[in-house]
Amino acid sequence: MYSYSDFDEAFVRARVAQFSQQVARRLDGSLTEDEFRPLRLMNGLYLQLHAYMLRVAIPYGSLSPRQMRQLAYIADTWDKGYGHFTTRQNIQFNWPRLPDVPAILGALADVEMHAIQTSGNCVRNVTADHFAGAAADEIADPRPYAELLRQWSTDHPEFQFLPRKFKIAITGSPNDRAVTRAHDIGLRMVRNAAGEPGFEVIVGGGLGRTPMIGVTVRDFLPEADLLPYVEAILSVYNTLGRRDNKYKARIKITVHETGREAITEMIETRFAELRPLFGGADQKLLAEIRQAFAPPAFRNAPTDAYDAFYRADPVFRAWADTNLTRHRNDQYAIVTISLKAHGRTPGDATSDQMRLIADLAERYGHSDLRISHEQNVILPHVHKSDLPVIHAALTKAGLATANVGLLSDIIACPGMDYCALATARSIPVAQELATHFEALKLEHEIGPLKIKISGCINACGHHHVGHIGILGLDRAGVENYQITLGGDGTEDAVIGEKTGPGFAYDEIVPAIERILRAYLDLRLEPAETFLQAFRRVGMEPFKVALYEAEREQDAA
Amino acid sequence: MSRRFTPKIVTANRLREGDVVYLTADDRWSPFHHEAELIEDEAHAQMRLLHAAAQKLTVVGAYLADARPGPNGPEPVHFREAFRTRGPSNYPHGKQADLAN
Repeated sequence: MYSYSDFDEAFVRARVAQFSQQVARRLDGSLTEDEFRPLRLMNGLYLQLHAYMLRVAIPYGSLSPRQMRQLAYIADTWDKGYGHFTTRQNIQFNWPRLPDVPAILGALADVEMHAIQTSGNCVRNVTADHFAGAAADEIADPRPYAELLRQWSTDHPEFQFLPRKFKIAITGSPNDRAVTRAHDIGLRMVRNAAGEPGFEVIVGGGLGRTPMIGVTVRDFLPEADLLPYVEAILSVYNTLGRRDNKYKARIKITVHETGREAITEMIETRFAELRPLFGGADQKLLAEIRQAFAPPAFRNAPTDAYDAFYRADPVFRAWADTNLTRHRNDQYAIVTISLKAHGRTPGDATSDQMRLIADLAERYGHSDLRISHEQNVILPHVHKSDLPVIHAALTKAGLATANVGLLSDIIACPGMDYCALATARSIPVAQELATHFEALKLEHEIGPLKIKISGCINACGHHHVGHIGILGLDRAGVENYQITLGGDGTEDAVIGEKTGPGFAYDEIVPAIERILRAYLDLRLEPAETFLQAFRRVGMEPFKVALYEAEREQDAA
Repeated sequence: MSRRFTPKIVTANRLREGDVVYLTADDRWSPFHHEAELIEDEAHAQMRLLHAAAQKLTVVGAYLADARPGPNGPEPVHFREAFRTRGPSNYPHGKQADLAN
């Protein structure tokens, strides 16, 4: 893992000192709220419905056990004993008091963490494939590039006042687990004809009120050109972006209004100007950063214990089948720890759970932890012989739910239970969907399915790219939920299609059940997933299932 | 004819804790919605909002929210305001726990 340089350390400490003084000046009245708001947002502090919320950056979703323990300590000391992992691989604390925030930021700085640029119109936390450095299908580890981008974008003087927020995602695998096509810039590692690694550069993706799949502006960017090229994109956007209208200010609108060819040309022209200014310091830095992400010393040991357990214990087998992913080393596995126990809040972990996960990572996981954008925790490097003992420990802590990639592995934003922007609740809908289908014992029969729920049009819950997306709205003072089908967040990204009129809060779970029963009836075989079936038959059968029953009831 | 004025209350969050509070007729900030002053007159509502917004060391983000009279005092009209009187629905946190006694 990357460790702070003296420069990083001094920068973060200086920021904590500055913000501590700003908080003091707010509390003694020297700063008004209008003056203070942009300062607190620059440091990740929001005022939500019931309390303040502090959003802490987890760069590219990577955490050490020591950092995880510190998050647990913060949760216990200044919050209510838990944290919420988000769809941008960050963690949010929902109950900090304003006078305590300087101490929290100090505690974060003690473990090389901060909340800088987790809000505001700047380059936000760069997200990455949560299986980075471990996945069997990976061309190269994306984390060194993500760290390079983090250092370049942190406090970059030209890009602190962009037209709007800016999100970059990067994946080192052709199979996209980082939703790169729905980001302002998506970087997907590919190889050229000569076999050299580089990036497909995707620009102008985004969800929110105007969902768009990004367009490819470069099929192959040599890795040495990464920073000047990204800087060229930001530079063009900084000039063209619509500062006059908040709803048209994201780069997706700039790309849409300018046109792919014209904007590509502008980016290339700017790139030609910038390229010579990068004298190689970035490449030297990248080489140094890469050292920090060297693969761990993998153990060479028999995996018989795993095989025996897998055969003998059906509970372990069910968990292994859903929550493990193939590692590049055959003796190893990638473990996804589900934060989606049926009926619990998606993405929440208690301080005890955080400490247990930290212990397991230290003892069995080469001290490496990841947070996925799907709001789970990953142990990326686990020797298979250690899996039974890990599973047993997770079971005791309520963390062994075997549901990764299934119906109850739901992404849900905080919604109107916390968020000041929300128009409806998300969390209770996720909870009820999970418990309802658990009671019906249908989850495993339905198979791979991604349900994603947002509590407002800003789409933090990624509903547009859910196989089933749910969007909570306020319709004449009542919560109403709109359904989209067929969305996909992978390298073949697709925005889901609206089914039609929305459903009331107490109708949404039955509506989803009608969709899924229709799917079970029409699929060709159990191996045909919901998404495949939807692509084959289209919207119509699901519309009939959703709305015909209602009409019949109305007629009766 | 102008539209009838919907009764309002003044609500905000406490500066230090972030808690939801309501302006009472005797100029206190109460954690209870039913203790809020129910304002039936538009001009008076604007005066009370100005009064609230001036208290920069006590509260943040004061605004007028629709309310209606109830047996124990004003009740929220919109579900967002109803949630603000209680706290989140996924944990017994916030007012529903803090004010249970």
